[in-house]
Amino acid sequence: MEVARFWRTRHQRYQLMGEVCPHCGTKIFPPRDVCPACEGEAKTPFVFSGRGEVYSFSTIHSAPAGFEKYVPYTVALVRLEEGPLVTAQLTDVDEKDVYIGMPVEMVTRVLREDGERGMIVYGYKFRPRLTQPAPEPQHAAEAAAAA
Amino acid sequence: MALMKSERPVGIVGYGAYVPRYRLITQEVSEIWTGGNTVSPVREKAVPGLDEDVATMSIEAARNAVRRAEQVCASFTPQRLGAVWVGSESHPYAVKPTGTIVAEALGATPYTQAADWQFACKAGTEAMQAAIGFVGSGMTSFALVIGADSAQGRPGDALEYTAGAGAAAFILGPAEEALVEIEGSVSYVTDTPDFWRRPHERFPEHAGRFTGEPAYFHHIASAAQTLMREMGLTPQDFAFAVFHQPNVKFPLKVGADLGFTRAQIQPGLLVNEIGNAYAGSALLGLTAVLDISQPGQRILLASFGSGAGSDAFCLRVRRSAPQSGALTTRAYIQRRVPVNYAQYSRLKGNYVMH
Ligand SMILES: [Zn+2]
Repeated sequence: MEVARFWRTRHQRYQLMGEVCPHCGTKIFPPRDVCPACEGEAKTPFVFSGRGEVYSFSTIHSAPAGFEKYVPYTVALVRLEEGPLVTAQLTDVDEKDVYIGMPVEMVTRVLREDGERGMIVYGYKFRPRLTQPAPEPQHAAEAAAAA
Repeated sequence: MALMKSERPVGIVGYGAYVPRYRLITQEVSEIWTGGNTVSPVREKAVPGLDEDVATMSIEAARNAVRRAEQVCASFTPQRLGAVWVGSESHPYAVKPTGTIVAEALGATPYTQAADWQFACKAGTEAMQAAIGFVGSGMTSFALVIGADSAQGRPGDALEYTAGAGAAAFILGPAEEALVEIEGSVSYVTDTPDFWRRPHERFPEHAGRFTGEPAYFHHIASAAQTLMREMGLTPQDFAFAVFHQPNVKFPLKVGADLGFTRAQIQPGLLVNEIGNAYAGSALLGLTAVLDISQPGQRILLASFGSGAGSDAFCLRVRRSAPQSGALTTRAYIQRRVPVNYAQYSRLKGNYVMH
């Protein structure tokens, strides 16, 4: 049943929690309990930083069931800082602004809703990495003047 | 004494803000519904994206609070949060807590007290008062409180001009390790029917002009005056004053009535740029003030919740907030993407498809 699957995967979806291999240090996402590099058992939880870069991307205009209300949206393969590639939706971005190598960061958003009565599925998406801008004193002054 | 203080001094060890990036210039609402004849009480308001709600906004604000707390307080980890409390009037579920979603996203589960609070726009500050008791009694070392809303206003209604969105999160802990000490607080409530929403209704109802004098002004002024009197303080003792902000006029007027200057109020007055974030309104104002406050400065915070009540707090800054790891509130406000009324209606889910 779907609810059970969503419940089991909540740590990876909400926190970007994967695994780290105790033998060779490889970081693993999504968790699979076996290291893809050395094939050793790898069950140690590891929370990823959420920072990465767009590796490739594609814009969806005809969405599968449950995602119709979000079209058009961009799905990307994101190379996480720690190594793994993750497939995820991009959010808070216009399609024309996306490029290969774009720095992105993980945010937790609504992935989809099972109609008006069903559950709301939350999970990771990526958005252009936010940085602290230089202060805009004229903007504050303008706000004060308009008030 | 109406003044509430905890046995052990409590403070804010970390705080964080979140404002979604879309903005509706509210003149558009006036153009659509009144041919441009209504003067909007705010210039623009924040609108959540299609994949945002109170849970997601709370998570981002809380992550920012955690990043600051980790820099301020060496012993803090999300696992040490004894409470994850979310105050809102737009929780995503009628039954199923928002607090557990936020707690899980932060890695604070399973040994934590997760709960949702409600009291219109003061749901976040009442959670903060309860958390002062939770930490101040020694029941837990750290508690997370959040005020967040994705405010709803019926298309064309007066509320549509101002109903905004955003979240503010605060991690309370021992005062000696905190950025800000909470010196005392007052809560002042009466049964006043100024604004309500019945179950199964999507949009709230309000009692028009009744929302001003007997509701907003009476409750905030009573809470703030009592707080200052019982603490032996006057408006001149405060560097900043932050009030609930349903529009630009009300907080400036209640502040002036109490004896505060515009210079004390302006740094925490965000409503002209993001609208009324309901349970996040006064608390987002507080985050903007904490971004710029200096050690020794005092801050007065007074929320307002319809129904009705006000929680007033006296805060004293112990140290400046860390400047790295989390965006300032002003940075979130500057990250703005204007949308027109049609795009806004889509984001708000106001189009019904058959
Ligand atoms: Zn390995």
